[in-house]
Amino acid sequence: MVGLVVLSLALLTVSYRSTALDPIEGAAASALRPFQIAANRVAAPFRDAADWTHGLFNAKTQNRKLTAEIELLRRENAKLKGAADENALLHKELRYTQGPSFPKDYTEVGARVLTSPSALDQSVTISAGRDQGIALDDVVVTNEGLVGTVSKVVGTESRVTLITDPSSAVRAVDLQDLSAVGMLDHGSGANALILDRVGKDKPQVGYGDTIITAGSAAGPLASIFPRNIPVGFVSSVNQTDTDVYQDIQVQPFVDLSSLESVLVLIPKQRPAHATR
Amino acid sequence: MIFDVFKAAAVLFLAVLIQFSFFDVYTPFGGTANLVLVTLIAISLLRGSIFGAFAGFCAGFLLDTANLGTLGFTSLLLTLAGFWTGRYGETTARDRFHAPYTSVAVITLLYGIGTLALDFFIGQPTPAGPYLSGLPATVLLNLILAWPVYGLARRLFPPADALDRVHEVRLLG
Repeated sequence: MVGLVVLSLALLTVSYRSTALDPIEGAAASALRPFQIAANRVAAPFRDAADWTHGLFNAKTQNRKLTAEIELLRRENAKLKGAADENALLHKELRYTQGPSFPKDYTEVGARVLTSPSALDQSVTISAGRDQGIALDDVVVTNEGLVGTVSKVVGTESRVTLITDPSSAVRAVDLQDLSAVGMLDHGSGANALILDRVGKDKPQVGYGDTIITAGSAAGPLASIFPRNIPVGFVSSVNQTDTDVYQDIQVQPFVDLSSLESVLVLIPKQRPAHATR
Repeated sequence: MIFDVFKAAAVLFLAVLIQFSFFDVYTPFGGTANLVLVTLIAISLLRGSIFGAFAGFCAGFLLDTANLGTLGFTSLLLTLAGFWTGRYGETTARDRFHAPYTSVAVITLLYGIGTLALDFFIGQPTPAGPYLSGLPATVLLNLILAWPVYGLARRLFPPADALDRVHEVRLLG
């Protein structure tokens, strides 16, 4: 028993302080992968049944809500198309330089999600790694929005730290008010985020606003998140007299608790300092 | 004994796969059922402290590997969980009906607090508030799992003294 505890502590120390055990961990994880995929396939019908039952109870309300949302988005889309054309023209005329943007400066690598996040560990393992061109800090998304970043890479697997992890922070902006730039941190509830550092002088931030990644200019200190990745919508806005900033709660577009597959964004031109 | 080792390895491996593919996805009332922990507790109660500690170490190693997590983290916690449950099974819990339920409730709580403490020691940022508020739900879910899992474990790992018991009595004379 004492031997096992000492062995655990030794593993913990070596694994935490260095990457010496990564090849062993990678090999073991690769050996385990077929079983994980098989188990996920077997569990899929049961999960689907549970989700279907849950969806059945919410279908009517959701239908009403989505119909209204489609109408709103249709109007907004028409408005945005005009703005985008104008924006492209102005960029060209001003010779405006900016950092890489999503999706044109990235290629995507699809991967299956092998594990689920837990309350204490907001990360998942995916079935693509260094062999597929993935590197540390690569951004991970789904068709719905931002998921997180790659925090560990081995041969054929990677660990993705979700945006809801306490160690994660994303520079983000309100799409309806582009001056409302803040830092997106983990929120107090499960699957919730807080847009911090948005001053009280931005009263335009409101319920339902879309939050996207803000990105930053190119350079060695550029944000690892390219601009324009949808993150979530504003679920509540509060402010107190004593607080300097607004309290903006954001609900992610992606249901991070039940991810099945993700896309890893590989920069078409990887900065030299970022290749590890 | 050797058959028990193989059986325990197979059962815990299966538990790890089911945990990842099914139980981790659902968090009713903020809690998550921990099938691996409940299975380990059931095996440790029936097979003692040394067996429990070893089973815990292996299950933890498997969990850490599958998660690409910090190796040794879960191994340490599950080794201690397996050992303590095993000791309880060898001493005061003998033939007690409530032993699996008491063990599951207490060990789930200690395991949760231990995870938080270990995260704190290695400097990992941890959302302690939501986790602790979900802990009662986790205990409840594990208690619900304890009944079928312990029943199955008793069939796979019958108590040693049960094998020596007289199963049939023939009346002479």
